[in-house]
Amino acid sequence: MDTLYSMLALALVYSTPIIIAGLGGLFSERSGVVNIALEGLMMFGGFAGATVTVLLEPTFEGGAHLGPWIGVVVGMAVGALISLIHAFLSVNLNADQVISGTGINLFAVGATVYLAQIIFNQQRTDAFKQGFSKLNVPVLSEIPFIGDVFFSRIYPTVYIAFILVIVTWFVVYKTPFGLRLRSAGENPHASDSMGINVYRIRYVGVILSGALAGLAGAIMILTQDIQYTVFGIHGTGFIALAALIFGKWKPFGVLYAGLFFGFSQIIGIYSTSIPLISGLPGEFFKIFPYAITIIALIIFSSRTVGPKAAGEPYDKGKR
Amino acid sequence: MPAKVQQPKATMSRDALWEKRMNTIVPLVAIFLGFLVGILIMLFTGRDPLDIFRALMRGTIGIDTTLIGTGSLWFNARYIGEFLVFSMPIILTGLSVAFAFRTGLFNIGAEGQLLMGSFGAVMIGVLLDLPTIIHLPLAVLTGVLFGALWGFIPGFLKAKFNVHEVVVTIMMNYIALYFANYLVKALPGSDNVKTVPVAESASLASDFLSNLTNNSRFHWGFILVIIALIIFWLIIEKTIFGFELRSAGFNKHASKYAGMKVDRNIIYSMMIAGAFAGLAGVLISIGTFDYGRVLSVNEGYGFDGIAVALVGNTSAIGSLLAGLLFGGLKAAQPLMQARGIPRDITNIIIAAIVIFVAMRAGIKQIFDRFRTKEVE
Repeated sequence: MDTLYSMLALALVYSTPIIIAGLGGLFSERSGVVNIALEGLMMFGGFAGATVTVLLEPTFEGGAHLGPWIGVVVGMAVGALISLIHAFLSVNLNADQVISGTGINLFAVGATVYLAQIIFNQQRTDAFKQGFSKLNVPVLSEIPFIGDVFFSRIYPTVYIAFILVIVTWFVVYKTPFGLRLRSAGENPHASDSMGINVYRIRYVGVILSGALAGLAGAIMILTQDIQYTVFGIHGTGFIALAALIFGKWKPFGVLYAGLFFGFSQIIGIYSTSIPLISGLPGEFFKIFPYAITIIALIIFSSRTVGPKAAGEPYDKGKR
Repeated sequence: MPAKVQQPKATMSRDALWEKRMNTIVPLVAIFLGFLVGILIMLFTGRDPLDIFRALMRGTIGIDTTLIGTGSLWFNARYIGEFLVFSMPIILTGLSVAFAFRTGLFNIGAEGQLLMGSFGAVMIGVLLDLPTIIHLPLAVLTGVLFGALWGFIPGFLKAKFNVHEVVVTIMMNYIALYFANYLVKALPGSDNVKTVPVAESASLASDFLSNLTNNSRFHWGFILVIIALIIFWLIIEKTIFGFELRSAGFNKHASKYAGMKVDRNIIYSMMIAGAFAGLAGVLISIGTFDYGRVLSVNEGYGFDGIAVALVGNTSAIGSLLAGLLFGGLKAAQPLMQARGIPRDITNIIIAAIVIFVAMRAGIKQIFDRFRTKEVE
């Protein structure tokens, strides 16, 4: 039973960055800008988060462990800053959004490792001693089962994912901004004729995606790793993209898909000790999220579920 | 001798000519700006930008400028061989991405196709025992076929279900990474890192070429690269199929209306793209190395291919030149590291070049402005 609890709790930890980055992708794509740069933005966030945490360690020695918290905020800011490149290219220059995203992914690989070498004289950041620490939530952790999975020895960052899902749902469906965001991604010309500034909406969408991807990257490194390396994110940005598609571009869809993918990763780790699936090769579980996304795409293909105008540069003069 | 009849010089309009000129100007400007970004970053971080050009010089043509006149040996042919070893696969993944581009498809999956091609060649090389004349071509063709099959899947899904090839090929890259690892480990004699060496009869390695370049890993694969470049050019420029592909790339609906089988062409196009990438994998597995490898992460050949195709303006000759440029940058990496420059500056430069190519519209606007002034 203890194994099950720890598996489920670990699945939450692995799901967190997928969900948060997936929500980032949601803001961008709902505004009409495809963002395959999530991976690269997560790398920037992860690098910034780890660097800040390492550099702040002497400051907070013995005292409050504020380092990682400041780390994730900086990671968020850096993600937002880098995403400005994508916004400028996609919105102002009508660039091909896939090319722009690819460029940023390449840039992340080069820039984070280059900076690590400048700052730490090695291909990665120094190891941080104080990443996020697990905690027990008082009272709630006493609840049977639920308390064991959700509230015992758990990273506080897990709750950020859940809170962000609710906030995103509220913003996208219950606020004027959300309406504008969705309309910019569905029919930018119609929204323009209603007096909505499509360019500005798309900028906000892309910057939010950068901030959330940066946050996700920082959380991922600071909870699952001991330092940032170029392999630290290892495709999670693309899994987040998969979760966005699998979740049909909806906040709660992203949550469920993210939990599902996170759990499948955990099963992969534990697979050798689970009798029923111990015969399956570990690769099977690694392939799983990617294969299921392709299957989901085939199933969705008959219906339009994604934002209609996603990927199309908005040109005011064009009709 | 009769006077030559004055041929009417191209019926192209001035605008079309200008477009064509931009096709060369934009990549050149992007390369220039990309290097500029690299130089600025180096200056900001207190490194000598000239070192990058010294490393490039040494990494490509083997001349160490710092040693000229010192009496030490300043030329080493090994670097030329290694430079070509670095360039060949990315020229091929460049062709792969470029070929798909011509049909209006974005092949982000060259990486996965490469891995499958790599496995296909190794499988034949490890499992069979045949005379070279059959074994080697069979290994190469199997690799090419495996790449093509991996390209078939996104092509088929795009044609039949209208599933976007960008997302599918990204996912296929990861599936290929783990699937190929599983297959490699399943080959007899493999451990968790690599397979047993392929039979000599299925290897592209060459003592002759190696000796010629002072013990580099240069191998016969270069002939396959040349053949691939010619095939690319022939298909695109000289066949009706190539014309249909280009036509579909310009306007899918018009092509359909004109009676072309656009859906079928999408599948063929992705398969051919996959074949080029598969060949890149062949060169790596039975050329550069002579064994298959278990990889923990993708090595980025596919993404380099995207850069090559974009900078090379999706043509054969452009992919060759861009492949050599980026291959040179990659080859110079260890030399930079030795001089205290983080090797990743080259990745930053390549990324910056891609980002500037994406700014095509912006760069073109600036040149258009000059042009209108000129016309006035």
